[in-house]
Amino acid sequence: MTPTMTRREFIRNTAVAIAANVAGLALPASATNVLLEGDLTQLKWSKAPCRFCGTGCGVNVAVKDGRVVATHGDVHAEVNRGLNCVKGYFLSKIMYGNDRLTQPLLRKKDGAYAKDGEFTPVSWDEAFDVMAAQFKRVLKDKGPGSVGMFGSGQWTIWEGYAANKLFKAGFRSNNLDPNARHCMASAVMGFMRTFGMDEPMGCYDDIEATDAFVLWGSNMAEMHPILWTRVTDRRLSNPHVKVAVLSTFEHRSFELADIPIIFTPQTDLVILNYIANYIIKNGKVNKDFVNQHTTFKRGVTDIGYGLRPDNPLEMKAKNAKDPTASDPIDFEQFAAFVAPYTLEKAVEMTGVEKGWLEQLAELYADPNTKVVSFWTMGFNQHTRGVWANNMVYNLHLLTGKISMPGNSPFSLTGQPSACGTAREVGTFSHRLPADMLVANPEHRKHAEEIWNIPHGIIQPKPGFHAVEQNRKLRDGVLNAYWVQVNNNMQAGANLMQETYPGYRDPRNFIVVSDAYPTVTAQSADLILPAAMWVEKEGAYGNAERRTQFWHQLVKAPGEAKSDLWQLMEFSKRFTTDECWPADLLAANPQYKGKTLFEVLFKNGKVDKFPTSEIEAGYDNDESAAFGFYVQKGLFEEYAEFGRGHGHDLAPFDAYHQARGLRWPVVDGHETLWRYREGTDPYVKAGTGFQFYGNKDGRAVIWALPYEPPAESPDKEFDLWLVTGRVLEHWHSGSMTMRVPELYRAFPEAVVFMNPDDAKARGFKRGDEVRVISRRGDMRSRIETRGRNRMPTGVVFVPWFDAGQLINKVTLDATDPISKQTDYKKCAVKVVAV
Amino acid sequence: MRDKPLIAIGLLVLIVVAAVAFMAGRKAANTPPPVTATAATSANLPSPGAKPAAEEAPQGNQIDAMRRGIPVNQEGAVPSLAHVENADIKRNRAYPMQPPTIPHSIDNYQVDKNSNRCLLCHARANADKFQAPPVSVTHYMDRDDQFLATISPRRYFCNQCHVVQTDAKPLVANNFKDIDTILSEQPEHKAN
Repeated sequence: MTPTMTRREFIRNTAVAIAANVAGLALPASATNVLLEGDLTQLKWSKAPCRFCGTGCGVNVAVKDGRVVATHGDVHAEVNRGLNCVKGYFLSKIMYGNDRLTQPLLRKKDGAYAKDGEFTPVSWDEAFDVMAAQFKRVLKDKGPGSVGMFGSGQWTIWEGYAANKLFKAGFRSNNLDPNARHCMASAVMGFMRTFGMDEPMGCYDDIEATDAFVLWGSNMAEMHPILWTRVTDRRLSNPHVKVAVLSTFEHRSFELADIPIIFTPQTDLVILNYIANYIIKNGKVNKDFVNQHTTFKRGVTDIGYGLRPDNPLEMKAKNAKDPTASDPIDFEQFAAFVAPYTLEKAVEMTGVEKGWLEQLAELYADPNTKVVSFWTMGFNQHTRGVWANNMVYNLHLLTGKISMPGNSPFSLTGQPSACGTAREVGTFSHRLPADMLVANPEHRKHAEEIWNIPHGIIQPKPGFHAVEQNRKLRDGVLNAYWVQVNNNMQAGANLMQETYPGYRDPRNFIVVSDAYPTVTAQSADLILPAAMWVEKEGAYGNAERRTQFWHQLVKAPGEAKSDLWQLMEFSKRFTTDECWPADLLAANPQYKGKTLFEVLFKNGKVDKFPTSEIEAGYDNDESAAFGFYVQKGLFEEYAEFGRGHGHDLAPFDAYHQARGLRWPVVDGHETLWRYREGTDPYVKAGTGFQFYGNKDGRAVIWALPYEPPAESPDKEFDLWLVTGRVLEHWHSGSMTMRVPELYRAFPEAVVFMNPDDAKARGFKRGDEVRVISRRGDMRSRIETRGRNRMPTGVVFVPWFDAGQLINKVTLDATDPISKQTDYKKCAVKVVAV
Repeated sequence: MRDKPLIAIGLLVLIVVAAVAFMAGRKAANTPPPVTATAATSANLPSPGAKPAAEEAPQGNQIDAMRRGIPVNQEGAVPSLAHVENADIKRNRAYPMQPPTIPHSIDNYQVDKNSNRCLLCHARANADKFQAPPVSVTHYMDRDDQFLATISPRRYFCNQCHVVQTDAKPLVANNFKDIDTILSEQPEHKAN
């Protein structure tokens, strides 16, 4: 090949050479078609976790001339052993959509910021000048309660940690919440209420050790495809293994189901209590385990639906104010509580055939069957999601099927670092790192000590959670707002009544950092271009407590900068005098006149490690900008929170070598099964099990009832609407919709509908329709075939498509305990356009 | 559409004819131009690097491409359902490890724990009968890279990696460059 030869010429020459060979013709050497020179064909391969879901697959990334040219599943990664799903196989393309944001864009009119201005390219300096002025105005006029940030379970660990420090310590605002509120909050509160400590006790190794899988509201075949390959492997290789799949409609996971169960929405609560009752009535309670390792509580009922306080449903709910209250009870009282949940009652309420319910109950009851329960959004996005989490733990605790290989209640996560960043770093509006709470004075004091800031800086009152942030923007209470790594205009429920009016309210200044122009970015006042994935050094924590690192492999395009750089650079524009109370500064004069950057990041700890410690051969743009190894300093300070407290993380450098490690990592060893003697170093010899998150070392079995959903179909709005995802797209599609192969595989959202429902409304496949609720409407098309088979009365619409914003229709009802939205149940009608 | 060998042979013949004509054209500079023109066009036809859909996509100068230009708080007409391409022509892969996309329709294919319609044609033992590409060697390996007698259960559900392609036109172009493109762009690249 000559230097000037184009690809097209190369291909043509290849064709010519082949043809010439066939024809027996000799060609000049310049037309030879294969390149074998060593240096030219070498690719630089590095490890990274996948950018998408909470499974946390390992991938290998090939770089040539500063660009990612290929990716494939890492054969050394324990999670996926060389496999990827179709999204993972196309990771190489996610950074190269042609509309990448490469410079800050500010709404301007006549050369100055204006809420109704046009997006205009500006320098980072001008962007941060305007943004800082807006934040300072709000801090001065209204105080820290009126600034806020919406973050992400896709933040790297240090990005979430830096944001936590900047808001909770720097700005003294707890109005920081991650989009993980939409996906994992119910799981978190489920863990906290039962075990006193967040995150699963088991790990993915349970899959290869179990006899039965029960999917409670999880379509793993599409949403956790690589874990599904492990489940499929186990099921098909071992014919005795059973798979039960529960859902409100038939999806791809049913292809493997031995026990297929379609239930009426919300009645999963009935099935859970029926199984508990079955276990008790059939004498299958593991009495030794229950006596030694559990206690019983009854939770308050009639707790409302997390709607605005003036909603009639909230006004009439007896315990909406304190939904977490409970009374201690004993086993007999618990048995009496679940006794009404008989097989007959379960059949009547759920619409499931009794044979399936009995087979399902027997999986849990049979002491010789090891059971893994998996769940995701079916449980978590549920107005009684915390209850559902508590109730599935009940089944595992009554039978002692927990914390051992193959016996595992396992909450799957949706985002790559919902566990690692949102939960472990504690970026929720009520939390601090390592499961600590802002409301607890001891926890605040401990955090202030580690952060090396004066006592009294962290505010005791929890801030606004995700849904409340939208409401407070709408009400003009929250006025300066920064969104990073999420697309809440598309993801938040009730877009037309809550999200959009708040973003466009002239009282509010909205900043959105993203790699691509999402609908959230379009609705903002300032767009900041973000570096993504391997354009920065990062760390994620997956669903099985596995912390995984990667190096920066390529440069971000144009002026795009990582969220970490943005957070830290922005902190330079504020002084303690502007953000902290005068009396605290008077008592601690050494902090006076300092920038937030100096007190939070150049604090003698975060800036402890020199850039020379960065592994040779890798860029690190943030460290180059700030002059110290930023990621290492942040990680090591953060790790102080958990070491010695059951959340032990390994030394920073270990993670750049290992394919991830599952915490607690004690004496260099990861922990696969927590709470059990012999597999968890925190459990004392002779105890068998210790649920040490609770002071008494016991897990709680909860007596909780069925309660109806916030909204059900009626005469006018006669269908259930369920929203969710599809295999080919990840969340709001901002990455996958820009990969041609993924886009063309599933280009637009559709309304999956039962053919009889379609016929009754005069629709045929492909007809254009409006999906209408009491809150808004959206145009789409009817799909009566394909991957989902809907029962009559239920429609499913995926939310990946920015062109079809189904959250214009959904209801912003939440679980009152977790504040997580129920995206699986609201009432709609579907009419012709 | 299951007569791929014929198409392949046909294309090869076409290439041979075209190439011979092309070479002939080069040797005799004064031969009439129509032959050369035909040669160039034909030689470009089966080009494995062609990416027609991606090249047509908008170049990303607008920030609302995904909304198809419709404001966030408004609703516009929805495009018709896209059709699955069913031409059975193999597509280029962006890199060797990329799972090939499915070049035909898979409507009503039964793939569940009892039956796998895909393997009817794509299993090693059947590939010759149906002239379908047999699944790759990796698909016979278990989690520990040992070869099994039949398809590996961990690879059983084909759709987790292999997907159909519709005729929908991408909303934004993708600027990914494959390794050949990168190599061909290297300025210091020596002539072979």
